[in-house]
Amino acid sequence: MSDETAAAEEAEAEAVAVDLRYGAAVSESRGDVVLHATVETYLEVCSEARADGFDQLIDLTAVDYLTYAGERTLPGGLTPERFEVVTSLISHVRRERIRIRTQVSADEPTIPSLFDLWPGSEYLEREAFDMFGITFADHPDMSRVLMPEDWVGHPLRKDYAVGAIPVQFKAASNER
Amino acid sequence: MTITDETPETIDGAARVRQRGDNAAVLRLSEAEAAVIGSDATTPDDDERVLLNMGPSHPSTHGVLRLMLEMEGETVIRSKPVVGYLHTGMEKQAEQLTFLQGCTNVTRMDYASPFFTELAFSLATEKLLDIEVPERAVWIRMLMSELNRISSHLLFMATNGMDLGAVSMMIYGWREREEVLRFFEKVTGLRMNHNYIRPGGVAADLPDGWKGEIEALLELLPPRLEEYDVLMTGQPIWRERLQGVGTLNTDEALALSATGPILRSTGYAWDLRRDQPYLAYDEVDFDVIVGTYGDCYDRYAIRLNEVRESMRIVEQILDKMPSGDYRVQDKKVTPPPRIRIDQSMEALIHHFKIFTEGFKVPEGEAYACVESPRGELGIYMVSDGSSTPYRMHVRGPSFINVQTMPHLMRDSLIADAVAIISSVDPIMGEVDR
Repeated sequence: MSDETAAAEEAEAEAVAVDLRYGAAVSESRGDVVLHATVETYLEVCSEARADGFDQLIDLTAVDYLTYAGERTLPGGLTPERFEVVTSLISHVRRERIRIRTQVSADEPTIPSLFDLWPGSEYLEREAFDMFGITFADHPDMSRVLMPEDWVGHPLRKDYAVGAIPVQFKAASNER
Repeated sequence: MTITDETPETIDGAARVRQRGDNAAVLRLSEAEAAVIGSDATTPDDDERVLLNMGPSHPSTHGVLRLMLEMEGETVIRSKPVVGYLHTGMEKQAEQLTFLQGCTNVTRMDYASPFFTELAFSLATEKLLDIEVPERAVWIRMLMSELNRISSHLLFMATNGMDLGAVSMMIYGWREREEVLRFFEKVTGLRMNHNYIRPGGVAADLPDGWKGEIEALLELLPPRLEEYDVLMTGQPIWRERLQGVGTLNTDEALALSATGPILRSTGYAWDLRRDQPYLAYDEVDFDVIVGTYGDCYDRYAIRLNEVRESMRIVEQILDKMPSGDYRVQDKKVTPPPRIRIDQSMEALIHHFKIFTEGFKVPEGEAYACVESPRGELGIYMVSDGSSTPYRMHVRGPSFINVQTMPHLMRDSLIADAVAIISSVDPIMGEVDR
């Protein structure tokens, strides 16, 4: 228990050191501005961004970090989770883009829907649900979009096999 | 145009597209539920709403788009585009292919404008690699993109004409497009699915006599476009058929994440080439074409005039094309010239490594986007330091623009639904990926 509180304090201390924007830690990736949120802060960060002039949701997708070989460090003392929902926003007036990366745990892959802020998220969230099995709470139609309705599994998860068609070769057998 | 934060609770703002439930333009009905309704054998009353299936195999649905239409007489009330019939898991496939092979995969998404997906993929990879391509490669990429925009819009002219009954237009549009594709074949070896723009530059330099070919093309096209004006733009029948059909306002288009001609038809001037320039678009002069009413006619006229603007850009590229290398000379990214392989062991190893293992891309994530003929085409790429992308996501403009269809179709006749599908110009290869 004490370990947890110590870790939380440490995380808090780290959080102070990084820049904050709309209450989320900011980092920079290849020239793009990236905000880091959690499931709890996600909706608030998005609505604040919208109020600040980010008038269009340009993209929304997810990444499954299950087999990621690299090291994952997030600013603001955030704990990396298996899934990440990546939301790209654009402000036409300022000609500015931001990307919000939100950590979503594998145990409970649920995140609020952005439908009420930007109705254009409807298909993108359905795609993320279809491919990764992440549920968007309060979405008007949380159903599959690309795969058939009765499909089992979520194809873009890293533990979902690619699949192959068996090919019979007429070459010599392995026994020599 | 000012963007207000507060959405007015009237039909003018974006509130219309935010509706849920029975009032919404979007029919949120699963196929299983639709099948239950469809199996009801009783004849519907005259004033009853009926569910009508359209597609996926229908001449006016541009491939395999399927629509569920809730009709009241001949009027469409609610509708639902059903997509996925062409889904081949290209994003999953991209995780198996190296960065060099990736272009062969993405070029098959939007098959009417393959250079744009190749370009977005290459730009994203180069962003992760942190390399800058030579000047000539940048201008060749720009030349091919603009010619591709011309060929893609000509294809739209052809299919749009056919959908609306101007059947001879189909032949004309195809004829002119073929002239552009002939040039592509000369440069890349293929009419479609080129795999020409690659990370690090382009696959080959422009062939001898390319300038003459383009000059001939620029001479051929303007009178043909004048013919289109006579055949369609000024025709009363054509105007009656399209004006005021399938309207959308700016607030709604922005709320629905629409980009490209759909957003510009509402009078909102947003074009990535001008507003967030990539390649060398800040060095050429062109206009962003916008509409006023956001109807099918505006979307048609925008595309027709964008062909003219693209020709203007191509003319400038002819004058400004720099000399130099067509790809970056980075041994780790681009294969060595053939002649070097015979002379140097190291070149042979690099060549072998690039084609067997592929080049490694540093860890990180990047998003690169281009203005495709259909709107913003973006690629979000995550690399974990290996030679294949850890994750590649395509922001397909067609996929997102399909969302606008139920809103455009609301309360219009079923005959207009055909005009609306056509004016959204979805490429199903990109919708389904």
